[in-house]
Amino acid sequence: MTVWPRLAQARTGGLAVLVLVIALLPLALTNNFYYEVAIQVGLNAIVCVGLNLLIGYAGQISLGHAGFYALSAYTSAILTSRFGWPPGAALVVAIGSAGLVAYVVGRPILRLKGHYLAMATLGLGIIISIVIATEDRITGGPDGMAVPPLALLGFPLAGERVWYWVVGVMLVVAVWLALNLIDSPVGRALRALHGSEVAAQVAGVDPRRYKVMAFVISAVFAAVAGSLTAHYAGFITPAKATFLHSIELVTMVVLGGMASTFGAVVGAAVLTTMPQVLTALKDYEMMVFGAVLMLTMIFLPRGLVPTIGAAFARWRK
Amino acid sequence: MSLLTVDGLSKQFGGLKAVNDVSFVIEPGRVHSIIGPNGAGKTTLLNLLNGIYAPSEGRIAFDGHTLNGAPPHEFAAAGIARTFQNLQIFFNMSALENVLVGGHLRARRGLAGALLRLPGRVADERAYRDAALELMRFVGVEAYAAAPADALPYGALKRLEIARALAARPRLLLLDEPAAGLNPTETAAIDELIKRLVASGITVILVEHNMRLVMGVSDHIVVLDYGKKLAEGTAAEVRADARVIEAYLGAAQAEA
Repeated sequence: MTVWPRLAQARTGGLAVLVLVIALLPLALTNNFYYEVAIQVGLNAIVCVGLNLLIGYAGQISLGHAGFYALSAYTSAILTSRFGWPPGAALVVAIGSAGLVAYVVGRPILRLKGHYLAMATLGLGIIISIVIATEDRITGGPDGMAVPPLALLGFPLAGERVWYWVVGVMLVVAVWLALNLIDSPVGRALRALHGSEVAAQVAGVDPRRYKVMAFVISAVFAAVAGSLTAHYAGFITPAKATFLHSIELVTMVVLGGMASTFGAVVGAAVLTTMPQVLTALKDYEMMVFGAVLMLTMIFLPRGLVPTIGAAFARWRK
Repeated sequence: MSLLTVDGLSKQFGGLKAVNDVSFVIEPGRVHSIIGPNGAGKTTLLNLLNGIYAPSEGRIAFDGHTLNGAPPHEFAAAGIARTFQNLQIFFNMSALENVLVGGHLRARRGLAGALLRLPGRVADERAYRDAALELMRFVGVEAYAAAPADALPYGALKRLEIARALAARPRLLLLDEPAAGLNPTETAAIDELIKRLVASGITVILVEHNMRLVMGVSDHIVVLDYGKKLAEGTAAEVRADARVIEAYLGAAQAEA
């Protein structure tokens, strides 16, 4: 009784719970479709853990992260299928180029604040989306394109069961990196910018440098998930590059709880599985999606994990 | 050898010269106060002295280096820290973490080491925490170390800002109304804290309305009125200055 909450609060405890859930979940995954959903949860969670560093911790908004996700997915796809690159090398270049784009674009646009930054990132996402949809000779256009499978040490990664573990390991690594960062001088500088930009500056934090850093890190997390998705699914379409997907990602972060790494994972899990659960309401899916966001903002403004965590802490007292 | 030299400093906002051709010299190891009626330009002057505003004219030299037009984080790197009149606390962090941010420039800030939590970093974190706790003890808020910053009472937040500023190990500390909103007991404690700061070798520039505090701790006082330097000198000299009395009490009373 006393050990459990203390364990759950510690960062290592939270990580242990995540590992345990990932390790035991296959017991409940009785068919390939369940595996597919679980893999999708994991991939979205990787994006959200990164995006939460930007939105929840550094306090900067991005409505264009589907752009980085798709940019990396398409770079992987194009380099492997059009130029015959080995998937591993393509993966590294794809993630690197998404990070580079984030850096080059982030430097000018992160001078902007609030609504203006939202507009600028929105524009960036739309540009990437349009380029992917219209450059059909290299991207396949709206029809999408096929992507060869990924191999690890000469062993091709195929099948839901293999991919489940690949994504599971990547998610644990992503969460571990994020937790480490938050609890370091770099992470505290990011959070300080959110708390009071002027006080952070006066303490010696260069706002531009740290905002760009958060932007690039979050873009790289999205890029990792993007490239993995391309190889896992074996086929990509511009749908994942759209504004709507960017909004979905932000919704996951907000629902799970801003400035909570585990919240980002929970938000991704809830909003990825919900449409599958609500298949009966297929036509109303986006309405329910919107309603969930509104209700969360009204009743749980801090998001699922921080609100439940606070309630749990009160109950213990 | 002066620590800070301000020469012909002006700051213009549209048609208003909030700070108008102000010059003074800050000597190390002393308490300098900037006083003046409301709207005299005291906070604007502080904002110029740590780079929040860039001067329209004039020069700021700290320890022989010109800092004109540098961003605030470069003023911080040069060794100037400050607190704020309207609290600028990181309410999204714990009290201890607020102080840890103050030590930002003294911490190892490599991204790879932070992401991978390289072995040396765990020991670093412990050292940063010990140093921050020590500062919280120095200003008297150690009881709140683990508390979220938004759980602290107002007086403790004022002190927390001082601890955060001290975490940078500054050579010059700018205190913007540290006693505003405090009761006489708390104000006396701030008075005592400022004296301990100076004893530890930190030079202080104090902006404050509480004249008892100012007159008690200051070695040197600069009086501003309508953005201009009206007078400067020791507490006794400033108190006896007819122009200062006039600015504070109005011409009629000065004549009476």
